[in-house]
Amino acid sequence: MGRYFCNESELNCAWDRILSAFWQRYPNPFSTHVLTEDVLFREVTPDNCLLSRRLFTKTNLLPRWAERVFPSHLNRSVYIVEDSVVDPKAHTLTTHTLNVNHTRFMTVVERCVFHGVEERPSWTQIRREAWITSGVFGLSRPIQKFGLARFKSNQVKSMKGLEYALSKLHSESQPSRIHGDQDQDSPLPPATQKPQEYS
Amino acid sequence: MNSVGEGCTDLKREYDQCFNRWFAEKFLKGDRSGDPCTEMFKKYQHCVQKAIKEKDIPIDGVEFMGPNKDKP
Repeated sequence: MGRYFCNESELNCAWDRILSAFWQRYPNPFSTHVLTEDVLFREVTPDNCLLSRRLFTKTNLLPRWAERVFPSHLNRSVYIVEDSVVDPKAHTLTTHTLNVNHTRFMTVVERCVFHGVEERPSWTQIRREAWITSGVFGLSRPIQKFGLARFKSNQVKSMKGLEYALSKLHSESQPSRIHGDQDQDSPLPPATQKPQEYS
Repeated sequence: MNSVGEGCTDLKREYDQCFNRWFAEKFLKGDRSGDPCTEMFKKYQHCVQKAIKEKDIPIDGVEFMGPNKDKP
């Protein structure tokens, strides 16, 4: 049993501008929890897609009750890997992100798709999903609940950070419009199924 | 932004500048001429991979997650 989160939003900004800002979004005033950023891998495929892997170090602030229960987690950062595929023909950027340490405490897997829509070239759709699980016996529910709350808060910062980077690069970008969140306390979708649709 | 390897930040910033220019001016415009940042990337990687080993960051064995990856 884990938590699933899905959010769809739109940015009033052309896809290729968002892409340039995506690589330049750090540092920004909303990302003080992001300590380091590195590119570990880049490759252009034969069909001209760009594959990248980035490594981030982020702070790992826990609620008080968790600090008392898990003292070894104090002052230890979280390492996060982000793999991305840019498909310039399809106008999509797909990212997958997960933490590679503190995994028994909690694992957060995020998939995000930025999709430029041909019929509306000055708008980009963003679909963000997250799967949050914890393997700690007896505490997985409060840990997952905390994880979901932190994810939502980081998601807001992430969008603000992207908008900040956009406005630095291109002065004519517009604010975003959020359609709404959906999160569920439900069994995770099995690996063979597509993620639950948000409507 | 800093690199995870304290001594790699300058190499990282040099590479980032090169990449951002190539990405906006060539890649997104469909220009398939070669990547001018390869040598810079190699130097940067040499530094950052050393830092990753020293800090014991567990990224080995994490397979690349493409768009068709099954959900967890």
